[in-house]
Amino acid sequence: MIRKSAHEMAAALAAGEITSLALTQAHFDRIADTDKEVHAFLYLDHEGALAQAAGVDAKRAKGEKLFPLAGVPLALKDVMTQKGIPTTCGSKILEGWRPPYDSTVVINLKKNDVIILGKTNMDEFAMGSSTENSAYGPTHNPWDLSRIPGGSGGGSSAALAAFQAPLAIGTDTGGSIRQPAAVTGTVGVKPTYGGVSRYGLVAFSSSLDQAGPCARTVLDAALLHEAIAGHDVRDATSINAPVPAVVNAAKSGDVKGMKIGVVKELNGAGYQAGVRERFEESLELLAKAGAEIVEVSCPNFEYALAAYYLIAPSECSSNLARFDAMRYGIRVGDNASASAESVMNLTREVGFGREVKRRIILGTYALSSGYYDAYYGSAQKVRTLITQDFTKAFTRADVLVSPTCPTTAFKIGEKANDPLAMYLNDIATIPVNMAGIGGMSVPAGLAKEDGLPTGFQIMAPAMQDQRMYSVGAALEAALLLQWGAPLLSRAPALGGSK
Amino acid sequence: MSSLSRDDVARLAQLARIQMSEEELVALSSEFTVILEAVARVQEVATADVLPTSHPLPLRNVFRPDVITPSLTPQEALSGAPASEDQRFRVPQILGEDA
Repeated sequence: MIRKSAHEMAAALAAGEITSLALTQAHFDRIADTDKEVHAFLYLDHEGALAQAAGVDAKRAKGEKLFPLAGVPLALKDVMTQKGIPTTCGSKILEGWRPPYDSTVVINLKKNDVIILGKTNMDEFAMGSSTENSAYGPTHNPWDLSRIPGGSGGGSSAALAAFQAPLAIGTDTGGSIRQPAAVTGTVGVKPTYGGVSRYGLVAFSSSLDQAGPCARTVLDAALLHEAIAGHDVRDATSINAPVPAVVNAAKSGDVKGMKIGVVKELNGAGYQAGVRERFEESLELLAKAGAEIVEVSCPNFEYALAAYYLIAPSECSSNLARFDAMRYGIRVGDNASASAESVMNLTREVGFGREVKRRIILGTYALSSGYYDAYYGSAQKVRTLITQDFTKAFTRADVLVSPTCPTTAFKIGEKANDPLAMYLNDIATIPVNMAGIGGMSVPAGLAKEDGLPTGFQIMAPAMQDQRMYSVGAALEAALLLQWGAPLLSRAPALGGSK
Repeated sequence: MSSLSRDDVARLAQLARIQMSEEELVALSSEFTVILEAVARVQEVATADVLPTSHPLPLRNVFRPDVITPSLTPQEALSGAPASEDQRFRVPQILGEDA
Protein backbone atom coordinates (compact mmCIF):
# COMPACT_ATOMS: atom_id res chain seq x y z
CA MET A 1 0.00 0.00 0.00
CA ILE A 2 2.82 2.47 0.77
CA ARG A 3 3.92 2.38 -2.88
CA LYS A 4 0.54 3.54 -4.12
CA SER A 5 -0.31 7.13 -4.92
CA ALA A 6 -2.11 9.33 -2.39
CA HIS A 7 -5.35 9.25 -4.37
CA GLU A 8 -5.22 5.45 -4.52
CA MET A 9 -4.66 5.37 -0.76
CA ALA A 10 -7.60 7.75 -0.32
CA ALA A 11 -9.79 5.46 -2.43
CA ALA A 12 -8.75 2.42 -0.38
CA LEU A 13 -9.56 4.30 2.82
CA ALA A 14 -12.95 5.36 1.47
CA ALA A 15 -13.71 1.79 0.40
CA GLY A 16 -12.85 0.50 3.87
CA GLU A 17 -9.98 -1.65 2.55
CA ILE A 18 -7.58 -0.15 5.05
CA THR A 19 -7.80 2.15 8.07
CA SER A 20 -5.91 5.38 8.39
CA LEU A 21 -4.37 4.00 11.56
CA ALA A 22 -2.93 0.99 9.69
CA LEU A 23 -1.81 3.18 6.78
CA THR A 24 -0.08 5.63 9.11
CA GLN A 25 1.61 2.82 11.05
CA ALA A 26 2.77 1.26 7.75
CA HIS A 27 4.50 4.53 6.88
CA PHE A 28 6.13 4.78 10.31
CA ASP A 29 7.37 1.20 9.82
CA ARG A 30 8.81 2.13 6.44
CA ILE A 31 10.49 5.19 7.94
CA ALA A 32 11.97 3.10 10.76
CA ASP A 33 13.26 0.71 8.12
CA THR A 34 14.80 3.24 5.75
CA ASP A 35 15.53 6.54 7.45
CA LYS A 36 18.90 5.47 8.84
CA GLU A 37 20.01 5.45 5.21
CA VAL A 38 17.98 8.40 3.90
CA HIS A 39 17.70 10.78 6.88
CA ALA A 40 14.63 12.55 5.49
CA PHE A 41 13.06 13.29 8.87
CA LEU A 42 14.19 15.52 11.73
CA TYR A 43 11.23 14.68 13.95
CA LEU A 44 8.50 12.02 14.00
CA ASP A 45 5.22 12.66 15.77
CA HIS A 46 4.12 9.05 16.33
CA GLU A 47 1.65 9.87 19.05
CA GLY A 48 0.01 12.85 17.34
CA ALA A 49 -0.19 11.22 13.91
CA LEU A 50 -1.65 7.95 15.19
CA ALA A 51 -4.20 9.84 17.31
CA GLN A 52 -5.13 11.97 14.29
CA ALA A 53 -5.48 8.80 12.17
CA ALA A 54 -7.69 7.10 14.76
CA GLY A 55 -9.85 10.23 14.80
CA VAL A 56 -10.31 10.12 11.03
CA ASP A 57 -11.19 6.42 11.18
CA ALA A 58 -13.82 7.18 13.82
CA LYS A 59 -15.33 9.96 11.69
CA ARG A 60 -15.44 7.64 8.71
CA ALA A 61 -17.06 4.87 10.74
CA LYS A 62 -19.80 7.32 11.71
CA GLY A 63 -20.43 8.01 8.03
CA GLU A 64 -19.25 11.63 8.13
CA LYS A 65 -18.49 13.26 4.80
CA LEU A 66 -14.71 13.60 4.54
CA PHE A 67 -12.27 15.59 2.41
CA PRO A 68 -10.59 13.80 -0.54
CA LEU A 69 -7.24 13.25 1.25
CA ALA A 70 -8.68 12.41 4.68
CA GLY A 71 -6.52 9.85 6.45
CA VAL A 72 -3.59 10.03 4.03
CA PRO A 73 -0.15 10.67 5.64
CA LEU A 74 2.10 13.62 4.82
CA ALA A 75 5.63 14.83 5.60
CA LEU A 76 5.98 18.49 6.60
CA LYS A 77 9.05 20.58 5.80
CA ASP A 78 10.59 21.78 9.05
CA VAL A 79 10.16 25.45 8.07
CA MET A 80 6.40 25.33 8.82
CA THR A 81 5.20 25.83 12.36
CA GLN A 82 3.06 23.13 13.93
CA LYS A 83 1.85 23.78 17.45
CA GLY A 84 3.87 21.92 20.06
CA ILE A 85 6.05 20.15 17.49
CA PRO A 86 9.77 21.03 17.28
CA THR A 87 10.45 23.38 14.37
CA THR A 88 14.12 23.98 13.65
CA CYS A 89 14.32 25.14 10.01
CA GLY A 90 17.43 22.96 9.91
CA SER A 91 19.16 25.45 12.20
CA LYS A 92 20.89 25.13 15.58
CA ILE A 93 19.52 28.52 16.55
CA LEU A 94 15.98 27.11 16.83
CA GLU A 95 16.98 23.82 18.45
CA GLY A 96 14.34 22.76 20.94
CA TRP A 97 11.79 25.41 19.92
CA ARG A 98 8.20 24.23 19.97
CA PRO A 99 6.01 26.85 18.30
CA PRO A 100 2.90 27.90 20.22
CA TYR A 101 0.80 28.13 17.05
CA ASP A 102 -0.05 26.34 13.80
CA SER A 103 0.85 27.77 10.39
CA THR A 104 -2.13 28.28 8.07
CA VAL A 105 -0.89 25.39 5.92
CA VAL A 106 -1.00 23.12 8.99
CA ILE A 107 -4.45 24.43 9.97
CA ASN A 108 -5.65 23.56 6.45
CA LEU A 109 -4.01 20.12 6.53
CA LYS A 110 -5.68 19.34 9.87
CA LYS A 111 -9.02 20.60 8.58
CA ASN A 112 -8.63 18.23 5.62
CA ASP A 113 -7.74 15.38 8.01
CA VAL A 114 -4.35 14.86 6.35
CA ILE A 115 -2.11 12.97 8.80
CA ILE A 116 1.14 14.79 9.64
CA LEU A 117 3.85 12.18 10.24
CA GLY A 118 6.65 14.54 11.16
CA LYS A 119 9.07 17.23 10.06
CA THR A 120 11.51 16.88 7.18
CA ASN A 121 15.12 17.92 6.83
CA MET A 122 16.15 21.01 4.86
CA ASP A 123 19.00 23.38 4.18
CA GLU A 124 19.23 25.80 7.10
CA PHE A 125 16.44 28.40 6.74
CA ALA A 126 15.88 27.03 3.21
CA MET A 127 19.21 28.41 1.97
CA GLY A 128 20.74 25.82 -0.30
CA SER A 129 20.22 23.38 -3.14
CA SER A 130 21.38 20.14 -1.58
CA THR A 131 20.16 19.84 2.05
CA GLU A 132 23.85 19.68 3.01
CA ASN A 133 23.45 22.98 4.87
CA SER A 134 21.23 21.41 7.53
CA ALA A 135 22.71 21.67 11.02
CA TYR A 136 21.42 18.14 11.56
CA GLY A 137 23.34 16.41 8.76
CA PRO A 138 22.53 15.81 5.10
CA THR A 139 19.66 13.86 3.57
CA HIS A 140 20.54 11.18 1.03
CA ASN A 141 18.92 10.69 -2.37
CA PRO A 142 17.03 7.36 -2.43
CA TRP A 143 18.18 6.82 -6.04
CA ASP A 144 21.82 6.86 -4.94
CA LEU A 145 22.61 7.40 -1.28
CA SER A 146 25.93 9.07 -2.08
CA ARG A 147 24.06 11.88 -3.85
CA ILE A 148 22.07 14.94 -2.76
CA PRO A 149 18.24 14.87 -2.78
CA GLY A 150 18.10 18.51 -3.89
CA GLY A 151 17.40 21.43 -1.65
CA SER A 152 16.31 23.16 0.28
CA GLY A 153 13.42 20.70 0.55
CA GLY A 154 15.54 17.55 0.22
CA GLY A 155 13.89 15.86 3.20
CA SER A 156 10.45 16.17 1.65
CA SER A 157 11.53 14.94 -1.81
CA ALA A 158 13.55 12.05 -0.36
CA ALA A 159 10.62 10.99 1.86
CA LEU A 160 8.42 10.74 -1.25
CA ALA A 161 11.00 8.87 -3.31
CA ALA A 162 11.70 6.45 -0.43
CA PHE A 163 7.96 5.72 0.01
CA GLN A 164 8.06 7.11 3.54
CA ALA A 165 5.11 9.39 2.73
CA PRO A 166 2.90 9.84 -0.35
CA LEU A 167 2.57 13.60 0.17
CA ALA A 168 4.81 16.37 1.44
CA ILE A 169 4.88 20.12 1.91
CA GLY A 170 7.74 22.15 0.50
CA THR A 171 8.60 25.82 0.19
CA ASP A 172 10.16 27.41 -2.86
CA THR A 173 12.14 30.67 -2.80
CA GLY A 174 14.35 30.00 -5.82
CA GLY A 175 13.54 26.37 -6.67
CA SER A 176 13.46 24.56 -3.31
CA ILE A 177 10.36 22.54 -4.27
CA ARG A 178 11.07 22.00 -7.97
CA GLN A 179 14.79 21.15 -7.95
CA PRO A 180 14.43 18.46 -5.23
CA ALA A 181 11.47 17.03 -7.19
CA ALA A 182 13.57 16.90 -10.37
CA VAL A 183 16.52 15.07 -8.85
CA THR A 184 14.40 12.51 -6.99
CA GLY A 185 11.90 11.67 -9.76
CA THR A 186 8.95 13.22 -7.92
CA VAL A 187 6.44 16.02 -8.59
CA GLY A 188 6.78 19.46 -7.02
CA VAL A 189 4.71 22.59 -7.47
CA LYS A 190 5.43 26.19 -6.58
CA PRO A 191 2.00 27.84 -6.80
CA THR A 192 1.50 31.45 -7.85
CA TYR A 193 2.95 33.78 -5.20
CA GLY A 194 0.11 34.51 -2.75
CA GLY A 195 -1.75 31.33 -3.67
CA VAL A 196 -0.87 29.57 -0.42
CA SER A 197 -0.63 31.51 2.86
CA ARG A 198 2.81 32.24 4.27
CA TYR A 199 1.49 32.59 7.82
CA GLY A 200 3.64 30.32 9.97
CA LEU A 201 6.21 29.76 7.22
CA VAL A 202 9.46 30.93 8.81
CA ALA A 203 10.52 33.70 6.42
CA PHE A 204 13.69 33.57 4.33
CA SER A 205 12.93 36.01 1.50
CA SER A 206 9.38 37.25 1.92
CA SER A 207 8.79 38.51 -1.62
CA LEU A 208 9.91 35.16 -3.08
CA ASP A 209 8.88 32.47 -0.54
CA GLN A 210 5.94 30.27 -1.49
CA ALA A 211 4.74 26.99 0.05
CA GLY A 212 3.44 24.25 -2.21
CA PRO A 213 2.60 20.58 -2.68
CA CYS A 214 5.06 17.72 -3.29
CA ALA A 215 3.88 14.25 -4.35
CA ARG A 216 4.59 11.25 -6.56
CA THR A 217 1.85 12.01 -9.10
CA VAL A 218 0.43 15.16 -10.67
CA LEU A 219 -3.08 14.42 -9.42
CA ASP A 220 -1.82 13.92 -5.86
CA ALA A 221 -0.08 17.29 -6.02
CA ALA A 222 -3.31 18.89 -7.27
CA LEU A 223 -5.37 17.38 -4.45
CA LEU A 224 -2.86 18.67 -1.90
CA HIS A 225 -2.71 22.04 -3.65
CA GLU A 226 -6.45 22.52 -3.26
CA ALA A 227 -6.27 21.41 0.37
CA ILE A 228 -3.69 24.04 1.39
CA ALA A 229 -4.43 26.98 -0.94
CA GLY A 230 -6.76 29.93 -0.53
CA HIS A 231 -7.04 33.43 0.87
CA ASP A 232 -5.87 34.07 4.43
CA VAL A 233 -6.39 37.35 6.28
CA ARG A 234 -3.27 36.61 8.34
CA ASP A 235 -1.05 36.92 5.27
CA ALA A 236 -1.38 40.39 3.74
CA THR A 237 0.13 39.12 0.47
CA SER A 238 -2.37 36.27 0.14
CA ILE A 239 -4.45 36.55 -3.05
CA ASN A 240 -8.17 37.05 -2.46
CA ALA A 241 -9.46 35.04 -5.42
CA PRO A 242 -10.77 31.51 -6.01
CA VAL A 243 -8.15 28.73 -6.02
CA PRO A 244 -7.40 27.69 -9.63
CA ALA A 245 -9.19 24.44 -10.57
CA VAL A 246 -6.05 22.34 -10.45
CA VAL A 247 -7.69 18.99 -9.63
CA ASN A 248 -9.93 19.16 -12.70
CA ALA A 249 -6.94 20.06 -14.85
CA ALA A 250 -4.89 17.18 -13.44
CA LYS A 251 -7.73 14.74 -14.07
CA SER A 252 -8.31 15.81 -17.67
CA GLY A 253 -4.66 16.28 -18.69
CA ASP A 254 -5.86 17.85 -21.91
CA VAL A 255 -3.28 19.82 -23.91
CA LYS A 256 -4.99 19.81 -27.33
CA GLY A 257 -4.47 23.18 -28.99
CA MET A 258 -2.35 24.43 -26.11
CA LYS A 259 0.69 26.48 -27.01
CA ILE A 260 3.82 25.40 -25.16
CA GLY A 261 6.74 27.83 -25.28
CA VAL A 262 10.28 26.48 -25.00
CA VAL A 263 12.48 29.10 -23.35
CA LYS A 264 15.54 29.34 -25.56
CA GLU A 265 17.76 30.69 -22.77
CA LEU A 266 17.01 27.82 -20.37
CA ASN A 267 18.63 25.06 -22.34
CA GLY A 268 21.81 24.39 -24.27
CA ALA A 269 25.25 25.19 -22.90
CA GLY A 270 25.74 24.09 -19.30
CA TYR A 271 22.87 21.58 -19.40
CA GLN A 272 23.80 17.90 -19.12
CA ALA A 273 23.29 15.92 -22.36
CA GLY A 274 20.98 13.36 -20.73
CA VAL A 275 18.85 16.13 -19.22
CA ARG A 276 18.43 17.75 -22.63
CA GLU A 277 17.65 14.44 -24.27
CA ARG A 278 14.81 13.67 -21.84
CA PHE A 279 13.53 17.23 -22.24
CA GLU A 280 13.38 16.93 -26.04
CA GLU A 281 11.62 13.59 -25.73
CA SER A 282 9.02 15.14 -23.41
CA LEU A 283 8.39 17.90 -25.93
CA GLU A 284 7.75 15.32 -28.65
CA LEU A 285 5.27 13.48 -26.42
CA LEU A 286 3.40 16.71 -25.68
CA ALA A 287 3.29 17.54 -29.39
CA LYS A 288 1.86 14.06 -30.04
CA ALA A 289 -0.77 14.75 -27.36
CA GLY A 290 -1.93 17.74 -29.39
CA ALA A 291 0.06 20.68 -28.07
CA GLU A 292 1.76 23.17 -30.32
CA ILE A 293 5.43 23.73 -29.50
CA VAL A 294 6.85 27.22 -30.09
CA GLU A 295 10.17 28.78 -29.17
CA VAL A 296 10.26 31.93 -27.03
CA SER A 297 13.12 34.14 -25.95
CA CYS A 298 13.56 35.66 -22.50
CA PRO A 299 16.87 37.52 -22.85
CA ASN A 300 16.96 38.91 -19.31
CA PHE A 301 16.80 35.48 -17.66
CA GLU A 302 20.58 35.34 -17.82
CA TYR A 303 20.63 38.04 -15.13
CA ALA A 304 18.10 36.28 -12.89
CA LEU A 305 20.66 34.35 -10.87
CA ALA A 306 22.70 37.48 -10.13
CA ALA A 307 19.59 39.42 -9.12
CA TYR A 308 18.35 36.55 -6.96
CA TYR A 309 21.62 36.39 -5.02
CA LEU A 310 21.18 40.04 -4.13
CA ILE A 311 17.44 40.12 -3.42
CA ALA A 312 17.21 36.91 -1.40
CA PRO A 313 20.22 37.68 0.84
CA SER A 314 18.99 41.26 1.32
CA GLU A 315 15.59 40.11 2.50
CA CYS A 316 17.14 37.33 4.58
CA SER A 317 19.50 39.73 6.36
CA SER A 318 16.41 41.60 7.53
CA ASN A 319 14.18 38.57 8.23
CA LEU A 320 16.80 36.70 10.23
CA ALA A 321 17.40 39.68 12.49
CA ARG A 322 14.54 38.24 14.56
CA PHE A 323 16.85 35.49 15.82
CA ASP A 324 18.28 37.65 18.57
CA ALA A 325 18.33 35.16 21.49
CA MET A 326 15.67 37.10 23.36
CA ARG A 327 12.25 35.55 22.67
CA TYR A 328 12.88 32.05 21.32
CA GLY A 329 15.69 29.75 20.31
CA ILE A 330 19.02 29.24 21.97
CA ARG A 331 20.92 31.86 24.00
CA VAL A 332 24.71 31.77 24.30
CA GLY A 333 27.02 33.68 26.63
CA ASP A 334 24.40 34.99 29.05
CA ASN A 335 26.27 35.57 32.28
CA ALA A 336 25.53 38.29 34.77
CA SER A 337 27.84 40.82 33.16
CA ALA A 338 27.33 40.15 29.44
CA SER A 339 25.46 42.78 27.44
CA ALA A 340 22.47 41.94 25.28
CA GLU A 341 24.51 42.80 22.22
CA SER A 342 27.34 40.44 23.06
CA VAL A 343 24.80 37.68 23.77
CA MET A 344 23.27 38.31 20.34
CA ASN A 345 26.68 38.22 18.65
CA LEU A 346 27.71 34.99 20.35
CA THR A 347 24.34 33.29 19.84
CA ARG A 348 24.26 34.11 16.14
CA GLU A 349 27.86 32.93 15.75
CA VAL A 350 27.04 29.52 17.23
CA GLY A 351 23.45 29.28 15.98
CA PHE A 352 23.88 30.04 12.29
CA GLY A 353 25.75 27.86 9.80
CA ARG A 354 28.22 29.01 7.19
CA GLU A 355 25.80 29.57 4.28
CA VAL A 356 23.33 31.53 6.41
CA LYS A 357 26.12 33.80 7.66
CA ARG A 358 27.40 34.22 4.11
CA ARG A 359 23.98 35.37 2.92
CA ILE A 360 23.30 37.65 5.90
CA ILE A 361 26.63 39.41 5.34
CA LEU A 362 26.05 39.63 1.57
CA GLY A 363 22.58 41.08 2.16
CA THR A 364 23.85 43.52 4.76
CA TYR A 365 26.39 44.71 2.22
CA ALA A 366 23.90 44.95 -0.68
CA LEU A 367 21.58 47.09 1.46
CA SER A 368 24.26 49.27 2.98
CA SER A 369 24.52 52.96 2.31
CA GLY A 370 26.59 53.69 -0.79
CA TYR A 371 26.03 50.26 -2.35
CA TYR A 372 22.24 50.05 -2.25
CA ASP A 373 21.65 51.47 -5.75
CA ALA A 374 24.45 49.48 -7.37
CA TYR A 375 23.36 46.15 -5.92
CA TYR A 376 19.89 45.84 -4.39
CA GLY A 377 18.43 48.64 -6.53
CA SER A 378 19.85 47.17 -9.73
CA ALA A 379 18.59 43.71 -8.79
CA GLN A 380 15.09 45.11 -8.36
CA LYS A 381 15.28 46.52 -11.87
CA VAL A 382 16.33 43.15 -13.23
CA ARG A 383 13.25 41.76 -11.52
CA THR A 384 11.13 44.13 -13.61
CA LEU A 385 12.91 43.03 -16.80
CA ILE A 386 12.36 39.35 -16.03
CA THR A 387 8.68 39.94 -15.38
CA GLN A 388 8.45 41.79 -18.71
CA ASP A 389 10.13 38.86 -20.48
CA PHE A 390 7.50 36.52 -19.02
CA THR A 391 4.63 38.84 -19.95
CA LYS A 392 5.85 39.00 -23.51
CA ALA A 393 6.44 35.25 -23.75
CA PHE A 394 2.97 34.51 -22.42
CA THR A 395 1.45 36.45 -25.32
CA ARG A 396 2.89 33.72 -27.56
CA ALA A 397 2.40 30.66 -25.37
CA ASP A 398 -0.03 29.38 -22.71
CA VAL A 399 2.78 27.86 -20.64
CA LEU A 400 6.56 27.97 -20.81
CA VAL A 401 8.81 24.96 -20.33
CA SER A 402 12.46 24.10 -19.67
CA PRO A 403 14.52 21.44 -17.93
CA THR A 404 14.01 21.99 -14.18
CA CYS A 405 17.73 21.97 -13.46
CA PRO A 406 20.83 21.70 -15.58
CA THR A 407 22.11 18.43 -14.14
CA THR A 408 21.03 15.32 -12.29
CA ALA A 409 21.79 14.93 -8.58
CA PHE A 410 25.43 15.59 -7.74
CA LYS A 411 27.51 13.84 -5.08
CA ILE A 412 27.23 14.92 -1.46
CA GLY A 413 30.22 17.17 -0.77
CA GLU A 414 30.95 17.83 -4.44
CA LYS A 415 29.97 21.50 -4.42
CA ALA A 416 30.00 22.20 -0.70
CA ASN A 417 33.03 24.49 -0.91
CA ASP A 418 32.04 26.34 -4.04
CA PRO A 419 29.02 28.56 -3.36
CA LEU A 420 28.80 29.85 -6.95
CA ALA A 421 28.72 26.35 -8.46
CA MET A 422 25.98 25.47 -5.99
CA TYR A 423 23.97 28.59 -6.90
CA LEU A 424 24.06 27.63 -10.61
CA ASN A 425 21.71 24.73 -9.85
CA ASP A 426 18.84 27.17 -9.57
CA ILE A 427 19.43 28.88 -12.89
CA ALA A 428 16.20 27.61 -14.50
CA THR A 429 13.94 27.81 -11.46
CA ILE A 430 14.71 31.32 -10.17
CA PRO A 431 12.95 33.41 -12.87
CA VAL A 432 9.58 32.01 -11.73
CA ASN A 433 10.07 33.31 -8.17
CA MET A 434 11.25 36.70 -9.37
CA ALA A 435 7.99 37.16 -11.29
CA GLY A 436 5.76 35.52 -8.67
CA ILE A 437 4.23 33.11 -11.17
CA GLY A 438 3.64 29.35 -10.87
CA GLY A 439 6.16 26.60 -11.64
CA MET A 440 6.00 22.80 -11.57
CA SER A 441 8.52 20.01 -12.00
CA VAL A 442 7.42 16.59 -13.26
CA PRO A 443 9.68 13.56 -13.78
CA ALA A 444 10.99 13.34 -17.36
CA GLY A 445 12.81 10.03 -17.06
CA LEU A 446 16.39 9.02 -16.35
CA ALA A 447 19.50 10.55 -17.91
CA LYS A 448 21.24 8.02 -20.10
CA GLU A 449 24.76 8.66 -18.83
CA ASP A 450 24.09 8.22 -15.09
CA GLY A 451 20.65 6.62 -14.76
CA LEU A 452 19.42 9.41 -12.48
CA PRO A 453 16.09 11.31 -12.64
CA THR A 454 15.63 14.50 -14.64
CA GLY A 455 12.85 17.07 -14.33
CA PHE A 456 10.61 18.88 -16.81
CA GLN A 457 9.63 22.36 -15.66
CA ILE A 458 6.29 23.97 -16.58
CA MET A 459 5.64 27.66 -15.89
CA ALA A 460 2.24 29.39 -16.05
CA PRO A 461 1.05 32.98 -15.65
CA ALA A 462 -0.05 34.17 -12.21
CA MET A 463 -3.22 32.41 -10.98
CA GLN A 464 -3.29 30.14 -14.05
CA ASP A 465 -1.81 27.26 -12.07
CA GLN A 466 -4.29 24.82 -13.63
CA ARG A 467 -2.40 25.07 -16.93
CA MET A 468 0.70 23.52 -15.35
CA TYR A 469 -1.40 20.62 -14.10
CA SER A 470 -2.91 20.01 -17.56
CA VAL A 471 0.52 19.83 -19.15
CA GLY A 472 2.05 17.90 -16.24
CA ALA A 473 -0.72 15.30 -16.31
CA ALA A 474 -0.49 14.92 -20.10
CA LEU A 475 3.26 14.36 -19.94
CA GLU A 476 2.95 12.00 -16.97
CA ALA A 477 0.36 9.88 -18.82
CA ALA A 478 2.41 9.72 -22.03
CA LEU A 479 5.57 8.77 -20.17
CA LEU A 480 3.78 6.16 -18.06
CA LEU A 481 2.58 4.52 -21.26
CA GLN A 482 6.16 4.43 -22.49
CA TRP A 483 7.68 3.19 -19.21
CA GLY A 484 4.94 0.70 -18.34
CA ALA A 485 5.35 1.51 -14.62
CA PRO A 486 5.98 4.68 -12.58
CA LEU A 487 9.57 5.94 -12.68
CA LEU A 488 10.07 5.35 -8.95
CA SER A 489 9.55 1.62 -9.41
CA ARG A 490 13.05 1.68 -10.92
CA ALA A 491 14.63 3.27 -7.84
CA PRO A 492 16.76 0.94 -5.68
CA ALA A 493 15.00 -0.88 -2.86
CA LEU A 494 15.92 0.48 0.53
CA GLY A 495 15.75 -0.90 4.03
CA GLY A 496 16.82 -4.23 5.34
CA SER A 497 14.17 -5.89 7.42
CA LYS A 498 11.16 -5.87 5.07
CA MET B 1 34.39 47.83 -6.45
CA SER B 2 33.88 44.10 -6.40
CA SER B 3 35.86 42.96 -3.43
CA LEU B 4 35.63 43.05 0.32
CA SER B 5 38.60 43.14 2.63
CA ARG B 6 38.81 41.22 5.89
CA ASP B 7 38.07 44.51 7.69
CA ASP B 8 35.01 45.18 5.50
CA VAL B 9 33.62 41.76 6.42
CA ALA B 10 34.36 42.40 10.09
CA ARG B 11 32.40 45.66 9.93
CA LEU B 12 29.44 43.96 8.19
CA ALA B 13 29.50 41.11 10.72
CA GLN B 14 29.33 43.69 13.49
CA LEU B 15 26.34 45.38 11.82
CA ALA B 16 24.67 41.97 11.42
CA ARG B 17 25.45 41.09 15.07
CA ILE B 18 27.43 37.96 14.27
CA GLN B 19 30.67 37.21 16.11
CA MET B 20 33.22 35.81 13.65
CA SER B 21 36.54 34.07 14.00
CA GLU B 22 39.59 35.36 12.15
CA GLU B 23 39.50 32.26 9.92
CA GLU B 24 35.86 32.95 8.98
CA LEU B 25 36.51 36.62 8.22
CA VAL B 26 39.36 35.80 5.89
CA ALA B 27 37.50 32.98 4.15
CA LEU B 28 34.38 35.09 3.62
CA SER B 29 36.30 38.03 2.23
CA SER B 30 37.90 35.83 -0.45
CA GLU B 31 34.54 34.19 -1.28
CA PHE B 32 32.87 37.58 -1.61
CA THR B 33 35.33 38.67 -4.26
CA VAL B 34 34.02 35.88 -6.50
CA ILE B 35 30.36 36.26 -5.51
CA LEU B 36 30.29 40.06 -5.90
CA GLU B 37 31.83 39.83 -9.33
CA ALA B 38 29.03 37.44 -10.36
CA VAL B 39 26.14 39.43 -8.87
CA ALA B 40 27.46 42.77 -10.15
CA ARG B 41 26.26 41.66 -13.58
CA VAL B 42 22.84 43.10 -12.70
CA GLN B 43 24.34 46.53 -13.38
CA GLU B 44 24.72 45.71 -17.09
CA VAL B 45 20.98 45.97 -17.74
CA ALA B 46 19.70 48.03 -14.80
CA THR B 47 19.48 51.28 -16.70
CA ALA B 48 17.85 54.46 -15.42
CA ASP B 49 14.66 53.97 -17.46
CA VAL B 50 13.77 50.65 -15.75
CA LEU B 51 11.51 50.86 -12.72
CA PRO B 52 12.40 48.64 -9.74
CA THR B 53 10.12 45.81 -8.58
CA SER B 54 10.14 45.10 -4.86
CA HIS B 55 7.27 42.64 -4.82
CA PRO B 56 5.44 40.44 -7.35
CA LEU B 57 1.96 41.62 -6.36
CA PRO B 58 0.79 45.21 -6.91
CA LEU B 59 -0.77 45.38 -3.45
CA ARG B 60 -1.10 48.38 -1.20
CA ASN B 61 -2.83 49.00 2.09
CA VAL B 62 -4.25 45.56 2.75
CA PHE B 63 -6.69 45.84 5.63
CA ARG B 64 -8.58 43.36 7.74
CA PRO B 65 -11.38 44.03 10.21
CA ASP B 66 -10.11 45.56 13.42
CA VAL B 67 -11.63 43.01 15.76
CA ILE B 68 -10.16 41.09 18.65
CA THR B 69 -9.50 37.45 17.83
CA PRO B 70 -8.13 34.66 20.05
CA SER B 71 -4.41 35.06 20.63
CA LEU B 72 -1.57 33.45 22.54
CA THR B 73 -1.73 33.36 26.33
CA PRO B 74 1.28 34.91 28.12
CA GLN B 75 2.42 31.37 28.99
CA GLU B 76 2.28 30.33 25.34
CA ALA B 77 4.06 33.47 24.18
CA LEU B 78 6.83 32.91 26.70
CA SER B 79 7.04 29.15 26.15
CA GLY B 80 10.06 29.35 23.85
CA ALA B 81 11.91 32.11 25.67
CA PRO B 82 15.47 31.38 26.79
CA ALA B 83 14.59 33.15 30.07
CA SER B 84 11.45 34.75 31.45
CA GLU B 85 10.28 36.38 34.65
CA ASP B 86 6.93 37.80 35.83
CA GLN B 87 5.22 37.17 32.46
CA ARG B 88 8.01 38.99 30.64
CA PHE B 89 10.99 38.06 28.49
CA ARG B 90 14.11 38.27 30.62
CA VAL B 91 16.99 39.73 28.62
CA PRO B 92 20.66 40.48 29.36
CA GLN B 93 21.50 44.05 30.37
CA ILE B 94 20.86 46.61 27.67
CA LEU B 95 21.81 49.72 29.62
CA GLY B 96 25.42 50.49 30.39
CA GLU B 97 26.65 49.18 27.07
CA ASP B 98 29.38 51.10 25.38
CA ALA B 99 27.96 53.89 23.25
